[in-house]
Amino acid sequence: MPPVPSLTPIAHIGPMTSVPRVMLTVLCALVPALIVYVWYFGWGIVINLLIAVAAALAAEATTLIMRHRELRPALTDGSAIVTAALLAFALPPLLPWWLPALAAGIAIVLGKQLYGGVGANLFNPAMVGYVVVLISFPVEMIQWLPPRGSDLPGADIGFVAHLAYAFTANLPDDQAIDAVTQATPLDLTKLGLANMQTLAEIQTGPLFDRLGGRGWLWTNAWIALGGLYLLYRGIIRWHIPVAVLLGLLIPAFALYLVDASRFPSPAFHLFAGAALLGAFFIATDPVTAATTNRGRLIYGAGIGVLTYAIRTWGGYPEGLAFAVLLMNTSVPIIDRYTQPRIYGHE
Amino acid sequence: MAELNPVRPFTGGLRLPPNKNLSTTMPITTLARPQRLCIPLAQHAGPPARRAVSIGASVGRGDPIGATGEHGSVAVHASHSGRIVALQRRPILAGNGLFDADCVILETDGVDAPVARTDQHWPDTLAARLAAIAAAGIAGLGGAAFPTHIKLGAHARYRTLILNGAECEPYISCDDMLMRTHPDSIIAGALIMLDLSQATQCLIAIERDKALALEKMQYAAAVRADPRIVIVPLPTIYPAGGERQLVESLLAEEVPRGRHPTDIGVICQNIGTAHALARFVSDGEPLLSRIVTVTGLGLRTPQNVEAPIGAPISALLDHCGGLVDPRSQLIVGGNMMGHPLPNADYPVTKATNCIVALPLAEAVKSEPERPCIRCGDCADACPARLLPQELLRAARSDRSELLTGLGLEDCIECGCCDVVCPSHIALTASFRAAKPGLRQQILHQQLATAAAQRHDRRQARLQRSAAEADARQQALQQALAADSATRRTVIDAAVARARKQRNDPNALT
Amino acid sequence: MAAGVLTLAVLTVALAALLLLSDRLLPNDADAAVERIERVLPRIQCGQCGYSGCRPYAEALLNGTAAINLCPPGGEATVRALAKLLGTEPQAVAPQQGHASLDQIATIDETLCIGCNLCSRACPVDAILGIPQMMHTVITAHCTGCELCLPPCPVDCIRLEPRHG
Repeated sequence: MPPVPSLTPIAHIGPMTSVPRVMLTVLCALVPALIVYVWYFGWGIVINLLIAVAAALAAEATTLIMRHRELRPALTDGSAIVTAALLAFALPPLLPWWLPALAAGIAIVLGKQLYGGVGANLFNPAMVGYVVVLISFPVEMIQWLPPRGSDLPGADIGFVAHLAYAFTANLPDDQAIDAVTQATPLDLTKLGLANMQTLAEIQTGPLFDRLGGRGWLWTNAWIALGGLYLLYRGIIRWHIPVAVLLGLLIPAFALYLVDASRFPSPAFHLFAGAALLGAFFIATDPVTAATTNRGRLIYGAGIGVLTYAIRTWGGYPEGLAFAVLLMNTSVPIIDRYTQPRIYGHE
Repeated sequence: MAELNPVRPFTGGLRLPPNKNLSTTMPITTLARPQRLCIPLAQHAGPPARRAVSIGASVGRGDPIGATGEHGSVAVHASHSGRIVALQRRPILAGNGLFDADCVILETDGVDAPVARTDQHWPDTLAARLAAIAAAGIAGLGGAAFPTHIKLGAHARYRTLILNGAECEPYISCDDMLMRTHPDSIIAGALIMLDLSQATQCLIAIERDKALALEKMQYAAAVRADPRIVIVPLPTIYPAGGERQLVESLLAEEVPRGRHPTDIGVICQNIGTAHALARFVSDGEPLLSRIVTVTGLGLRTPQNVEAPIGAPISALLDHCGGLVDPRSQLIVGGNMMGHPLPNADYPVTKATNCIVALPLAEAVKSEPERPCIRCGDCADACPARLLPQELLRAARSDRSELLTGLGLEDCIECGCCDVVCPSHIALTASFRAAKPGLRQQILHQQLATAAAQRHDRRQARLQRSAAEADARQQALQQALAADSATRRTVIDAAVARARKQRNDPNALT
Repeated sequence: MAAGVLTLAVLTVALAALLLLSDRLLPNDADAAVERIERVLPRIQCGQCGYSGCRPYAEALLNGTAAINLCPPGGEATVRALAKLLGTEPQAVAPQQGHASLDQIATIDETLCIGCNLCSRACPVDAILGIPQMMHTVITAHCTGCELCLPPCPVDCIRLEPRHG
């Protein structure tokens, strides 16, 4: 790649923002949700986060050295940390250490650096890492912890247990991993529906709550608030979040009206999975999303509809990651056909 | 007199820190007569004036130094009386940047007799009036110094006259102060321009944050009570004062690509130009001085100064208390589209609207660029509705065939995209660098198309010639093969032709 | 699983056959193809590619008998456009092909011109005005910088200058 020609900016006014500042704002917006998540599901996410950050930075540094590029600008722009943070939210909390490390490494190397580094990648790096790990390690990836207040074994197992499992793959007191982990509400719903149970039968029990899964409701609510903060600060625009949510909720609402016993409510779809995280934090990744406002609406709507389709008829309980990757492939053509009219042109 | 409501905002643009209070707290002051004036004969990107004085000549204040010459030139005058001591070719900063111009160096003597007022300086016919404006040296005072008489005379009749009092760029406040102090003169100038352009309405655009200027102008317009003049407050967004943006927000129309507002019947003039025109018509005084905003935190007392054309910028800086830090960066213009000045040894020209002295701490440090993260903030900020990130991609990767379609020529180089870019990419500089390459490419394409046509016609011509030669040869053979009388006639004609040719080689047979 | 593999294999073969047949049977517009290639060339007929004009070069490119980097006036832009059109890799312009360029124009030194008319006959776009025994001059607006007029001039009175504007 030829070196970038140095041209000084013509305006004698400092730029209004910078990439590290944008990334830092995104991370700050995730902090309240992180605290709520830790309250409900334990410290696992923090451990995963630290491992993922370390692995992401190490992977980025290694590939940059191999590509003969400068380390400092790329490592300090914060994009690797944001990728790691999104992975931490997407991955289950109780994992052996190599799994978040692998996910982060794959996200950075395959999802970003091999395409040419930040700004040049086609696919959302966090989703690339997540999907590879999801398909390769299906057993580990469906082991979620029950939330605090559900009175199930595994709820609130403590920091030491998380740490022990992460680095030794064994829980203290010889607890079996199967005994403490549960499926997610989305998972249970899908399994139950496949077994011809009605939603009323499925969605009772300690893992469920009024609107979504217990614990998930509040976590996602704080994620949504963080997303609204990003909107307020102008870091993201409303087009993608609104389109994703409408794309998810309109079919959900329609089918819920048709048969409320077999199609979960829109509220459930909104609060039970990664819909809000996807709408505000994942789909809004500027590098891999459409760049025109009309294009953003199409892109977001596609993600919403695909997520609903995969959740309802596909093979996985949560379809967001696949939906994002699928829409990433159509971004170039969306951009091409939604170019705005230039001033003075017909 | 109604306010034009609602004004349609133009897309894009930025709210920038105005930094205008620095220079608006003091009234306009006048620069003390400088010892030397350096008056360029060309003050804009166009033909220079024809020099009308020689070394050693004495000139009075207001005497022409350069007369109107080629189409597109404007006269220049002696801003103070004195003696011509030298002619110099040196770089000056005007309009689009630094360029070399012939300059007349005048040493002032302080006599400065008032300009003689004749009753014939404002003639009766339109053509004569336009010539008088050119001879009075009046050019656009908004920063480009485009000859006013050419703009006014470009079309027989205009629909709308827009007076640009927006002054949207930070730091510049000369138009604001002029509107506060001479609103009547500006309105008078507007009426003269309406008369010259035959426009049916005059919209005076003023940004909302200039509350005092708005008030004064509205009062002056109310006093005149001409229904054609409407004062229009604009939202304070940069670059509201751009010609194309004014047309969009005031008239809800767009200037077609590659054309000027004059092509759609709209003429835009700066309010300073209107004031200069009014002064000429009423007093007979040509353009001898202009108000320059001398400002910036690098100066001790920033203010607006009425400076004679040709005054050294160093004199302006001294008048304002001098530089706090001698290492301050000097800029001519505002801090968005202004040009850096290598030193203060440059003359004030008709295009010098503002000098900003940026202290070292405020000067933009050239930060390393990061890769583009496709955030799209640049597209949101672009007043021309371009996609700067796509333009950057095309310009940097030499995909010049895309640049026309992406609208490179429509970029007004306002700098908004540079300011919002989180990766600190020098977008506008890249576009500025790509424009000559694109123009060259378009030129090459035109040449190639014309060349292909000419080649085809040449081939056709050669074939035709060959066919005609063949036909002549055949006819000749036939004639020679016929009876002896025809053969004799043909041979005699050929001999006669050859004889004539030998006797008069230059005759075209 | 065997059924799936078999279906995919059959589909692949069928589709490939369809593509091959369509290439054979659908009308092949050679003229239009040459047009498209020629449009990418500068068309100043300088002959520095070794062919007698831009069209012969375009035909050779279509046949695959010519390299894509033989056109100096076209420069990198033409090489890249040809590479895209013909599906090959772009290369640097071959330096031995000459220096014809649209950025230069020929100028005749009138003090040396003997009116022999050889340059006018050599110009592929008729940009030289003049008849035998009379002064010749280059019409700068039509000159394409192809350099074909320089070799025939017996008194070497033609020089190349950069084009302005």
